[in-house]
Amino acid sequence: MASKLPRPVIPTLVAILLLGGWEWYVRSGRVSEVLFPAPSHVLQWFWDSLLSGELLAATWVTMRRLIIGFAIGAALGVPLGALCARVRWVRDTLGVLALGLQTLPSVCWVPLALLWFGIREEAVLFVVVMGTLWAVVLAVQESVLNVPPLYLRAAQTMGSNGWHLWSRVIFPAALPGVLSGMKQGWAFAWRSLMAAEIFVVIVTGFGLGSLLNAGRELLRMDQVMGVMAVVMIVGLLADLIFFSPIETWLRRSRGLER
Amino acid sequence: MGNRSETSPATAALTLRNVTKRFDGASGQVTALEDITLDVREGEFLAIVGPSGCGKSTLLSLLAGLEQTNEGTINLGDQPVEAPGRDRLVMFQQDALFPWLNVLENVLFGLRLKPDLTEAERLESARYYLNLVGLGNKEKARPHELSGGMRQRVALARSLAPNPRVLLMDEPFSALDALTREQLYGDIQEIFTKRKKTIVLVTHNIREAVCLGDRVVLFSPNPGRVQQVFDVDLPRPRRLNDPSLANLAAEVTAALTSHPAK
Ligand SMILES: Nc1ncnc2c1ncn2[C@@H]1O[C@H](COP(=O)(O)OP(=O)(O)OP(=O)(O)O)[C@@H](O)[C@H]1O
Ligand SMILES: [Mg+2]
Repeated sequence: MASKLPRPVIPTLVAILLLGGWEWYVRSGRVSEVLFPAPSHVLQWFWDSLLSGELLAATWVTMRRLIIGFAIGAALGVPLGALCARVRWVRDTLGVLALGLQTLPSVCWVPLALLWFGIREEAVLFVVVMGTLWAVVLAVQESVLNVPPLYLRAAQTMGSNGWHLWSRVIFPAALPGVLSGMKQGWAFAWRSLMAAEIFVVIVTGFGLGSLLNAGRELLRMDQVMGVMAVVMIVGLLADLIFFSPIETWLRRSRGLER
Repeated sequence: MGNRSETSPATAALTLRNVTKRFDGASGQVTALEDITLDVREGEFLAIVGPSGCGKSTLLSLLAGLEQTNEGTINLGDQPVEAPGRDRLVMFQQDALFPWLNVLENVLFGLRLKPDLTEAERLESARYYLNLVGLGNKEKARPHELSGGMRQRVALARSLAPNPRVLLMDEPFSALDALTREQLYGDIQEIFTKRKKTIVLVTHNIREAVCLGDRVVLFSPNPGRVQQVFDVDLPRPRRLNDPSLANLAAEVTAALTSHPAK
């Protein structure tokens, strides 16, 4: 019987039930509304800050940092990863370093960034780049090393070598792996940016992380929860609008779809 | 008979002298080829047959410059073969079509590496060979949308289209149905005589070897060696069901089975 219901029905029901329960619980006065605001309050905050322009301004500041930081990280990561794959001693040095640095949570870069760049935009960008870079380097290195040798051999006997071999064979063949590396790099960039924005109050821009932290300082839990929800939604949307379609298209066009 | 595999360098496209190739595999060292001395003459269609694992694919890799010999030398004309080059195109045993390109783009890949052609000439040539292998209507398809035999035919078109001086083919017809195969035998012979190519063909099918080859070289395994060389003095175009062709094939088969398995 359950199989006859359209798939979104049950999740929607569960969500309504949960949110309704939460709303009722808070309104019944059993918890402090200051510490645990009802969904309607969070929604109210969302609406107000949307109208005042505060939310959009903060989102814009954050997205700009994210995109610039991610772009720098990816632009550095792709050639460095390719170099790691191509040259043995680079792999044994930079590649190993990347492996180590990738395990370092990006918040750990914040003190260093502050000392090097001061309380400035560059400090935030630095943290984002560090969050992105190593994941991209490793993914590119891995996927280039995993290009089937048969493709290389076939291309070489047709006269392809050097830059032609890289641009027409190695990169296209490695693209699915590179893309999932980018996706991971994006997720890391997102996390590191939030960390940076919460820890560093930057005069040059008030991002979502700063908004979240301001909510804590003002004891506005509705704002804290609201921003958390926005952060989640932005992350989801990036995947839904950008990465997933490219990935699906790539897989489908090569017959990799399950 | 062994002497017959050597000719004067002037007429030889590829000369192999005392070539030995070993691999360090997981189960110890394997001597894939031992002391091979062989000439492929300019404009010759050389067929190589032999049991599985006797080093046929290895030999093609060496000729292509994709692998290096452990001992001995390989020359193309008077130049040593050291690296892959456009003059020696390989059609691999496994399907090596690029999954990120469609059928037409795959065939164009090698053509685009020939700077002396215009784009229109490349397109025309790619379409000509796709039609030849009967896939003119599949231009836009991606490799994964084709059957195994179709993919093999695209690979065949891709290796014929750039018109290389030496064509090295590793079991190019193994996944084809009998009808397509026989049609392609005719086409290959026509291309071969018209374009005066040098072709080295590896096959398991002795009939095929005798039908296409000017000479058939029989390899013996463990380690891979030249066991015997057969001359095929039959007029072209040859038909697979020609009785004298069948006789020669029987002779080669007899030699193949007579070799004591170690
Ligand atoms: N890269 C490699 N590493 C280790 N051993 C190899 C390698 N390539 C080939 N060999 C070995 O060399 C021998 C010859 O292999 P090759 O692929 O040339 O055989 P073949 O004659 O083409 O066989 P088939 O008819 O089955 O294609 C085999 O014993 C194989 O195991
Ligand atoms: Mg083989």
